[in-house]
Amino acid sequence: MYKLVFSLALSSVLLSAPMTVLAEASPNLGNTAMETDEVFQAFGGKTGLVNIMDDFMINLVNDPRTKPYFDNEKQTYIKAMLVEQMCELLNGGCRYPGRDMKSSHTGLNINRAAFNALVEDFQLAMDKHQVPFRAQNKLLAKLAPMYRMIEEK
Amino acid sequence: MAHSLPSLGFKLKHAVLLACLAASSSVIADTSLSNKLLLTGGVSQVEGAAGGGLTPWAVIGGYGTNDEIGANVHYTYAKTGDYKLDSYGVTVGFYDRVELSIAEQKFDIGNLRNKVTAGLGADVIGRDTLDQTIIGAKVRVLGEAVLDADSWLPQVAVGLQYKRNHDDRFIKSAVIGAKSSDGVDLYVAATKLFLSQSLLVNSTLRFTKANQFGLLGFGGDRHDNYQPQLELSAAYLLSKNIAIGAEYRMKPNNLRSPANAALFGGQKVVDLDEEDAFDLFVAYAPTKHVSLTLAYVNLGNIATVAPVGANYGTQDGVYASAQFGF
Ligand code: HEM
Repeated sequence: MYKLVFSLALSSVLLSAPMTVLAEASPNLGNTAMETDEVFQAFGGKTGLVNIMDDFMINLVNDPRTKPYFDNEKQTYIKAMLVEQMCELLNGGCRYPGRDMKSSHTGLNINRAAFNALVEDFQLAMDKHQVPFRAQNKLLAKLAPMYRMIEEK
Repeated sequence: MAHSLPSLGFKLKHAVLLACLAASSSVIADTSLSNKLLLTGGVSQVEGAAGGGLTPWAVIGGYGTNDEIGANVHYTYAKTGDYKLDSYGVTVGFYDRVELSIAEQKFDIGNLRNKVTAGLGADVIGRDTLDQTIIGAKVRVLGEAVLDADSWLPQVAVGLQYKRNHDDRFIKSAVIGAKSSDGVDLYVAATKLFLSQSLLVNSTLRFTKANQFGLLGFGGDRHDNYQPQLELSAAYLLSKNIAIGAEYRMKPNNLRSPANAALFGGQKVVDLDEEDAFDLFVAYAPTKHVSLTLAYVNLGNIATVAPVGANYGTQDGVYASAQFGF
């Protein structure tokens, strides 16, 4: 009850400000979302993210360091989840519906080498879609700390 | 030890050359042993540790991650108005935790020697180069410079550099007056990559007695004790493989040539006043196997003997370094 009153009070404060998105953040996002959608625009919005993730997955499967993790039937699902997760982190008005970073990666035995390999493959995909380097780093800064939940060795 | 080191240096040079060839021929075949992100291992600084050009950073050299070993060799050339420095060495990083390095430096003072010989009619310097060997060790104690982008906590490492100068007769002579021909520098370095700003900053606190990095020995008539010296670097990443930046390194001012009092009635004829150094650099890593650094470097005064026409003053010029890794 106290919570409801509090959130009503909060939303009335928020409504009076020129805010666009009021949706509650996904609890499984893995990091806080950005304050503005500036970087989201630099990624070409949601269409941009979909195209980037398509190439990202191709890179992951072609890279011998990451192939064992991604060369399977889950690609479409993972790509869709990544689009939603990146979109929400970039304040693009999405809500990530997937699992949290810890439980979705447990048992995969991911080490630093595999983590960095994935980052490199992501950078290549972002380069291909002409995402400016500074914008790439802003998103990577949101993703990098997730190594603490994803790595097991 | 003192006798075996110069021949070790000679062998080291051959090893470095061979390794350069090996690395450049394996550029295309990316090994799976170099999984650190591009440029995040720094480059080889002038004394052989991973860092910027002048200062060691808290990063562990090579592209090895926590279950890999990475290594690289480097060659560095610096040319200021009146002096030249050649340096080469090997840096090995173990499991992103421990770094060992060895470097050989050759400092060309031929220009000064000629002027002094002509001016005094005696070859009091008696050599064209001053040489030293530097053995370094570094341990990462905490933090993760690159990935901990959500915290202010830097990566911190402690290190030491054992330096042995091979010209102890000259550096301890009345011209220079160094107190010792070997010494150990101790340092603590903190490095942080501010990823969303694409900015890397480092600060290092070094305790040292070294004169001009050790090329003029350790301690002198002015000071012969360990002094804390601050070293700062900042690098802005322009792209995945190009960084530009600046560095500043304090150096102690230990030397006062005994010859000034003994021969010249206390006049500062031999001016060994040491000043701080700084550089402006660009580093480029075309692949994980190669990185190239080009810099403007300013070392301040080194040795000026105005009455013989060696009216040198500030020494600044170009610094170029190439590194090949596995
Ligand atoms: C910051 C880095 C990473 C992010 C943001 C990320 C994100 C995601 C997301 C959103 C999912 C879907 C979660 C769900 O099931 O609902 C997922 C699943 C998965 N990820 Fe990652 N991931 C990262 C790093 C890695 C790395 C380094 C690897 C391996 C090299 C990896 C391998 C996998 C695999 C194999 C799955 C499917 C797991 C399963 O359901 O069987 N991920 N990841």
